[in-house]
Amino acid sequence: MTAQPEVPDGAPAIELRGISKAFGPVQANKGIDLRVSRGTIHGIIGENGAGKSTLMSILYGFYRPDSGEILIGGNPITITDSQTAIRAGIGMVFQHFKLVQNFTVLENVILGAEDGRLLRPSLSRARGELKRLASEYELQVDPDALVEDLSVGHQQRVEILKALYRQADILILDEPTGVLTPAEADHLFRILRGLRDEGKTIILITHKLREIMEITDNVSVMRRGEMVASVTTSETSPTQLAELMVGRKVLLRVEKAPAQPGAPVLEVRGLRMVDAAGVERLRGIDLDIRAGEVLGIAGVAGNGQTQLLEILGGYPEAGAKIEGALRLKGQPLPLTGSDAGARRKAGIGHVPEDRQVEGLIMDFSAWENVAFGYHDAPEFQSGWLMDQSAIRADAQAKIEHFDVRPPNPELAAKNFSGGNQQKIVVAREVERNPDLLLIGQPTRGVDIGAIEFIHKRIIALRDAGKAVLLVSVELDEIMALADRIAVMFDGRIMGERLPEEATTADLGCLMAGIEPGTIAPQDAIPPAALHVPAEGA
Amino acid sequence: MDRMPKWADVILTPLISLALAFAISALVILAIGESPIEALKVMVEGALGSSYGWGFTLYYATNFIFTGLAVTVAYHAGLFNIGGEGQAAMGGLGVALVLLAVPWPHWALALPAAMIGAALFGALWALIPAWLQARRGSHIVITTIMFNFIAAALLNYVLVNLLRPVGSMDPASASFAEPTHLPKLSDMALGFGMEWGKNTPANVSFFVALAACLLVWLLIWRTKLGFEIRAFGKSERGALYAGISPVRITVIAMLISGALAGLMAINNVMGEAERLVLNAVEGAGFIGIAVALMGRNHPFGVLLAALLFGFLYQGGGELALWTSVPRELIVVIQALVILFTGALDNMVRMPLERIFMALRRKGA
Amino acid sequence: MDFPTILQILDSAVRLMTPLLLACLAGLYSERAGVFDIGLEGKMLMAAFTAASVAYATDSAWLGLIAGILGAVLMSLIHGLAAITFRGNQLISGVAINFLASGLTVLLGQKIFGLAGRTPSLAGPARFSEITLPFAEALRPVPVIGPIYAELISGHTILVYIAFAMVPLTWWVLYRTRFGLRLRAVGENPASVDTAGVSVTRLRYAAVMICGALCGIAGAYLATGISAGFVKEMTAGRGFIALAALIFAKWRPWGALGACFLFGLFEALANRFPNLDLGFVTVPSMFMSALPYILTVVILAGFVGRAIPPRAGGEPYVKER
Repeated sequence: MTAQPEVPDGAPAIELRGISKAFGPVQANKGIDLRVSRGTIHGIIGENGAGKSTLMSILYGFYRPDSGEILIGGNPITITDSQTAIRAGIGMVFQHFKLVQNFTVLENVILGAEDGRLLRPSLSRARGELKRLASEYELQVDPDALVEDLSVGHQQRVEILKALYRQADILILDEPTGVLTPAEADHLFRILRGLRDEGKTIILITHKLREIMEITDNVSVMRRGEMVASVTTSETSPTQLAELMVGRKVLLRVEKAPAQPGAPVLEVRGLRMVDAAGVERLRGIDLDIRAGEVLGIAGVAGNGQTQLLEILGGYPEAGAKIEGALRLKGQPLPLTGSDAGARRKAGIGHVPEDRQVEGLIMDFSAWENVAFGYHDAPEFQSGWLMDQSAIRADAQAKIEHFDVRPPNPELAAKNFSGGNQQKIVVAREVERNPDLLLIGQPTRGVDIGAIEFIHKRIIALRDAGKAVLLVSVELDEIMALADRIAVMFDGRIMGERLPEEATTADLGCLMAGIEPGTIAPQDAIPPAALHVPAEGA
Repeated sequence: MDRMPKWADVILTPLISLALAFAISALVILAIGESPIEALKVMVEGALGSSYGWGFTLYYATNFIFTGLAVTVAYHAGLFNIGGEGQAAMGGLGVALVLLAVPWPHWALALPAAMIGAALFGALWALIPAWLQARRGSHIVITTIMFNFIAAALLNYVLVNLLRPVGSMDPASASFAEPTHLPKLSDMALGFGMEWGKNTPANVSFFVALAACLLVWLLIWRTKLGFEIRAFGKSERGALYAGISPVRITVIAMLISGALAGLMAINNVMGEAERLVLNAVEGAGFIGIAVALMGRNHPFGVLLAALLFGFLYQGGGELALWTSVPRELIVVIQALVILFTGALDNMVRMPLERIFMALRRKGA
Repeated sequence: MDFPTILQILDSAVRLMTPLLLACLAGLYSERAGVFDIGLEGKMLMAAFTAASVAYATDSAWLGLIAGILGAVLMSLIHGLAAITFRGNQLISGVAINFLASGLTVLLGQKIFGLAGRTPSLAGPARFSEITLPFAEALRPVPVIGPIYAELISGHTILVYIAFAMVPLTWWVLYRTRFGLRLRAVGENPASVDTAGVSVTRLRYAAVMICGALCGIAGAYLATGISAGFVKEMTAGRGFIALAALIFAKWRPWGALGACFLFGLFEALANRFPNLDLGFVTVPSMFMSALPYILTVVILAGFVGRAIPPRAGGEPYVKER
């Protein structure tokens, strides 16, 4: 649409010089230098909170850097808002899609890039353009479908189409595969390669080493707000990148003795669940979790793990239809109704997947949060009132025991770092010695030090003869902790493996819903894979 | 990290907001050609300068404590109860029915019964919006607004067609019997041999209101139910995870809220009018919103804010009597207080945060 | 009921629904853009006052109309400041605006006119007069159609026709123009608009200003069209009925027309029959006046077709990190 400035030959598509950005006392980016060559796929890798997203938000005009310089095609540019970024040829696919759910694909594509005051001409032009892009880059999607009816993978295509419709030359994708099945991710990578071959520049932000190795030409590593290395992908190794990411050798193995499994603590039989919208989320789950073992549930997010944890935790989605049977230590558990309190009393501890939304009340003090969920425990009451001194003492003990920093129980939960918040939740649930611990994404957004600590606690609980159900989308975490691995796909358990005999490729197949042994052609995506629920995105 | 110290957020921000609201009120008074200082003098003199003024100030404050507490309890459950007006009106109906149905021998017996009637009717009027919110997801702000109007229509019908004594043209119930009349604060003072607040409506309900402040404080910050209400108000998902039933908390919090609003009727209907008249609430339900906002949804803050609004009400009345400033000035002040403390609070907070951040950087 | 009576009631319903329709469409623009507005009542009231005052001073209904629009837009600006710029609570801001208008109109009215909150009666050019459409008299003798044309369709003020014309216009703007697309998008997912490089703030302010302008016309109609001057609290809850109608209409323009007609009809019936005898039961007028609220609660309860508000409604927009 707008004429782009002359690009000197050989100039990098994007060059950043000394970009810094602070949010209050937090230095999110420190003197970042980056050169991205034209027509390449450039990976940016780093842990959660390393500053990748902030950097990309600066490129897209969401934030102004405190200092530093941005050059596009060799020309210095000040990006004041998204409009400038779009005009400079930058397109962004956010981790959380920015789509209007009840608009059609076409309406979403033209939004903000309309040709005039009336919609009709824009809509017909976009229709033609979409057809062209679809055939050129494997970006097929029905232009008249409502976005809310599309699968996550298709919604992502709409985001890419939006950027291409705006004639983006540089495409930035932020954690694009987090919500995709392996098959969908493969398709995405084919699209990206096609775009690169047409001369587009692609920046891929991820924390997954495998993806970096598979698709990028060059890779830059970020750690704690700094750019610590930029290398050619073919000249590096996953181990080297991992070391750069965390700044020291990664403990991929957790020290643990072989499990001594006892009697089943929890038996799940034929568990089915249809949510309020009528979508079948669980399609017959059978599981046994025995005393003294960690059962790891692997799988791409959104394949029913959240629903499973919610049902076991005693608070299924309202209006859901649930069938099957649950037995805890031989006693049947009710399936319907929402009563997480009763589950706790029965001996089930639960570290939820999302600590900020469920596990903690962010405005409550740490001591109130240590009582959260156990606030009706008899030892916390005195007469009609709650016994605040008893709760405070209990909180103080747990905070010391788990080395929560700062060790101040009066501080509100929101004032602790992610790792320390998670320690508060884990302390609360583990210290009560539950017979069964449900633990979802135990180390999401948690720093390395706290990860080790939490992993050790999980193993210690197992060694004390308790049962642990671990749900994680991080395969490495599952491999390190679990004594048995069950892979979930589309509401089913695709298969069970022992960690010592499982390979990543084998588990990857199961995670994609493909039975090992059946030879699946590259393009054969099981129909269900196209309808990975949007939840958990 | 918090952007500024807690004391600044809890005390400084609302104080500056209030100062802004009053400064603009002063400008309004200036604009209509009166002196704000003179006006303030008349108001202070009229509301606080005599025991007569105090008698009215405390009477109004009693109403506002009840309605302010009603908004507060709902607020902690994350609910905006804008229906205090209707709930208080229905509370009046409850009081009237209790007092007209039984020939009570003494006020000390009639008062608890009237309180039950008032609380029950107020709570019932809050129950339907609460249930609809909890079960059907209907926005409680809209339903409680609708219920205010429905209550007004219902009371109008009941007073005109059912409770109006035969032969009366006035849309009001019969007067309550002599023994149910509540002791006025002036009578109680006389008991101690003091001449205080003669012919003022402040009555024993004021002490009930004070007790309500204490009970609400205990409820919110010291009981299990209060813990659950606050947790639910902050995060519904969190509440579910912790085994707190959203339906139960929504309904209970609104029942308590409605009961508190309804309880106001022991002051205005039983204590003052001594019969049920049309539009007995006179906007006190809405003032509860301003009182709760200004009192930062803390019962002690509500008490202070209610006293301030009691002063404004009585002072505003005096102002209308002695100057050309109409009573509606209070409505303007009330609007500005709601606006600045409830909706424009970030206008004060954002610059303050910047100042504290700058101070911290300098200190570091 | 005979034909002339029905015609009279319908005619009265058309007059009474006009301010509702204007206010309802006003709320539609604001709420479709994601800004809840329970301050329609206050904006209308302020507009009624400024319109009547200026119409009285200048002896021109048209200048009054402009003043009405300005008065309501001023209130909208306050709402925009609170709801958009300072990301305050939109509901509380709406409540404040209602009180502000209710107090200020009396305060200013008393200061200017000294008539206890009223403005002096308006007459002649200070009011909008009724327009007789072409051939109204000529067609009158034609059975059925003639009286309908002459009584019901003809003989209203220009503001009534403006209000009705606003319905298709609003539909067209919302669904056929770039502005409408962006407006609806910003009410559903402001991040989608922001990342597309369009200002959320500017869009929402535009919507809130249109809301003010329409409330202004509604207020002017109340003071200089249907009545002859401003009276204290003259909106009498119409802003809330309009809000109810908006929910009833599920935030759609043609639905707004239907809902406002229905609620206008209730009011016309309540005025005409203090006790409406339906043969088997007598309906008191209080019930008729409460009916819009009761119906809205029923609709909100979702027992009869669910009303889903715009997804981003009521939420101030904050950029995510």
